[in-house]
Amino acid sequence: MLVELGHFALVLAFFIACVQTVLPLIGAHFGRRALMDLAAPAALVHLVLIAFSFCVLTYAFVRSDFSVKLVVENSHTLKPMLYKVAGVWGNHEGSMLLWVLILALFGAAAALFGANLPTTLKARVIAVQGSIGVAFLAFILFTSNPFVRLATPPMDGQDLNPLLQDPGLAFHPPFLYLGYVGLSMTFSFAVAALLEGRVDAAWGRWVRPWTLAAWVFLTIGIGLGSWWAYYELGWGGFWFWDPVENASFMPWLFAAALLHSAIVVEKRESLKAWTILLAILAFGFSLIGTFLVRSGVITSVHAFANDPERGIFILMILGVFMGGALILFSLRAASMESRGVFAVASRETALILNNILLAVAAFVVFIGTIWPLVAEAFWDRKLSVGAPFFDAAFTPFFTALAIILPIGAMMPWKRAKISTVLRKLIPSMVLAFAVLALVFVMQTGKSLLGPIGLGLGIWLLSGATQDIASKLGKKRDLSRLLRLPRADWGRFLAHGGLGITIAGIAGLTAWTVEDIRVVQVGEAFEVAGYTITLDNVARKQGPNYITTMADMTLFDGAQKIATLHPEKRNYPVAGMPTTEAGIDSGFLRDVYVVIGDVQSNGGWAVRTYVKPLANWIWGGTIIMALGGLMSLTDRRYRVAAGARKTALTPKGVPAE
Amino acid sequence: MKGLIFALCVLMATPLFAVQPSEVLSDPVLESRAREISKELRCLVCRNENIDESNAQLAEDLRLLVRERLLAGDSNVSVINYIVERYGEYVLLKPTLTGANKLLWVAGPLMLLLALGVGIGFVRRRQNETTIDELSEAEKAHLESLMKD
Repeated sequence: MLVELGHFALVLAFFIACVQTVLPLIGAHFGRRALMDLAAPAALVHLVLIAFSFCVLTYAFVRSDFSVKLVVENSHTLKPMLYKVAGVWGNHEGSMLLWVLILALFGAAAALFGANLPTTLKARVIAVQGSIGVAFLAFILFTSNPFVRLATPPMDGQDLNPLLQDPGLAFHPPFLYLGYVGLSMTFSFAVAALLEGRVDAAWGRWVRPWTLAAWVFLTIGIGLGSWWAYYELGWGGFWFWDPVENASFMPWLFAAALLHSAIVVEKRESLKAWTILLAILAFGFSLIGTFLVRSGVITSVHAFANDPERGIFILMILGVFMGGALILFSLRAASMESRGVFAVASRETALILNNILLAVAAFVVFIGTIWPLVAEAFWDRKLSVGAPFFDAAFTPFFTALAIILPIGAMMPWKRAKISTVLRKLIPSMVLAFAVLALVFVMQTGKSLLGPIGLGLGIWLLSGATQDIASKLGKKRDLSRLLRLPRADWGRFLAHGGLGITIAGIAGLTAWTVEDIRVVQVGEAFEVAGYTITLDNVARKQGPNYITTMADMTLFDGAQKIATLHPEKRNYPVAGMPTTEAGIDSGFLRDVYVVIGDVQSNGGWAVRTYVKPLANWIWGGTIIMALGGLMSLTDRRYRVAAGARKTALTPKGVPAE
Repeated sequence: MKGLIFALCVLMATPLFAVQPSEVLSDPVLESRAREISKELRCLVCRNENIDESNAQLAEDLRLLVRERLLAGDSNVSVINYIVERYGEYVLLKPTLTGANKLLWVAGPLMLLLALGVGIGFVRRRQNETTIDELSEAEKAHLESLMKD
């Protein structure tokens, strides 16, 4: 009964979303206050209904209600509670429900925190957000109903994919969705502004927090996914240029471009049309990602939702929203002329260059991702585009971006003297080149990737430090540090974090040491200066799996550093093995061991890696996200969020 | 979600153990060449994995084949060509520069040039408007005379 109520609530939500879309738009067009005022309550009811529906599905998973088909296919009674809950979004139907829940959450957040928006703009933003809800609710109701019942419920479920039964991945999808769907908010603001026919500094200030929030969530989501891949897949890779990863990376790049161009709109009333276009494209790439992943066109070998009907439906949604928004854009773009004037050497120009490089980098990722489709459709060539292509084609653009970043960040608005900025940055340049040269000499004969990457990382980190130090004035008054706007701190953290991540990627890629061998129990072996002993291998029983766990000890010389417990798990219900690497994490390196199969001579296959700077990758990611959060709490957004100070801040509401 | 599906796909080739100890060549130079080549070849039954990382049987066969060819004295290029002849272009993770693929490789640089062109045009226009705001020589002289007074 409850399950049917959940389904019914979803149907109701669909009709409410229709109301939320149509009436406020009519009201805004004809200046009818009463109709516009419907937007906010409709958005709230919309959220409540979907939240109820989501809770019902979660309850079915928690209670292991095996009369529901989705629960049978993705859960099991023995599964730990965390993964029963994570199982809700560990499948196509449930994850779509999470999608619309977050969509409704953002719509309701605009209704609650949009008190300072002009009435017509607020009504239009909520209405456009509602229209996306209509499209995706229809998608769920017609193609992906999560509440389908089984006539004869089985005794137990088929278990969630064991690889997903991991804390890193349990929280990965909600963060990614907060990011993807957060971009729907900037899309709604863009379309609403086009309908209004007006984009000004205030619009820039309203739209930037939502972009920042989406970007922060995407950063965390991508970071979690990459960290999970690193420790779970058994060979310590952190990025694969897989279409599914690219699907999340393209919106991230666009969001990064957008949150920089929105600054120009806010501070200088320039780049308006481009910013609107970026806002449309950023959400467009979220939708393209959804399409790529759920239609199965690209991942046809092992598609998760290999259903052409669903693919066509998403393609239609994509076509309607992108087509509609772009037509609107082409009609109205001309009216959004830029006002601010600036010289060639200025922060404006630097931010334009930032946008060009980020957008071109995203374009390269996009064309590489869809090229196999294009080549097959037009030239009947079946080919692959993998990591070697992306490494070669993407890296130059990002390297260029990293080189200009500290210079651009220190340029003043309107008019700058490049020579002055460069002179200020001499210490950072010297430091970066010194590190590059030192590392190059020390590593003797390995690829240039390590020294260049590390030098770039230092350049960014040191440049960000000089940038914030320059705010202290001539007297080097440190107490000013505490009084700086939080946006300055945000910029310092985000740019510095990027430097740390780049250094980490370079270190790990260039200097990983790998060792593969057969080891007898009790035997010791040496890898890159470390001694490792295999002390014991035992079979143990976990809550819903059987594990083969090794006890290994890691020595540096004669000194014991750590004991490691790599595991090989087998989940009997799903009939699937997973690896759990044993990792000794350090500031400068990770020691990473994996236990393999027993060999004919009684020994065990053991893989060992020493991965320099591995933690810098995720450390930098966390710092970047923190920087975004810091900017989000800057005073001008708190003031902009309205004099009406609200005490409660629900999750995912960035206006505060 | 994307991560989930990604995981699902990766796991089809059970991410347990790719290169087995028994496969490793005793000559470290040849082995490192084998690893380099393996990273450019796709495991045909997996989603987006190279044969070096994949645990699928086919990937193992390909790894052994690569090593066999290397031991026979082939160069890296001829090993790759040997495998492409048998398994098709699909096996290459790095698309060749032939035919329409040229478009793929030049797409990024072309787009950059285009974007830079548009960007430079825009910045020029913005800059020219600056001059309108600026004082002409006569005005400057007038201002200076006023300041002196």
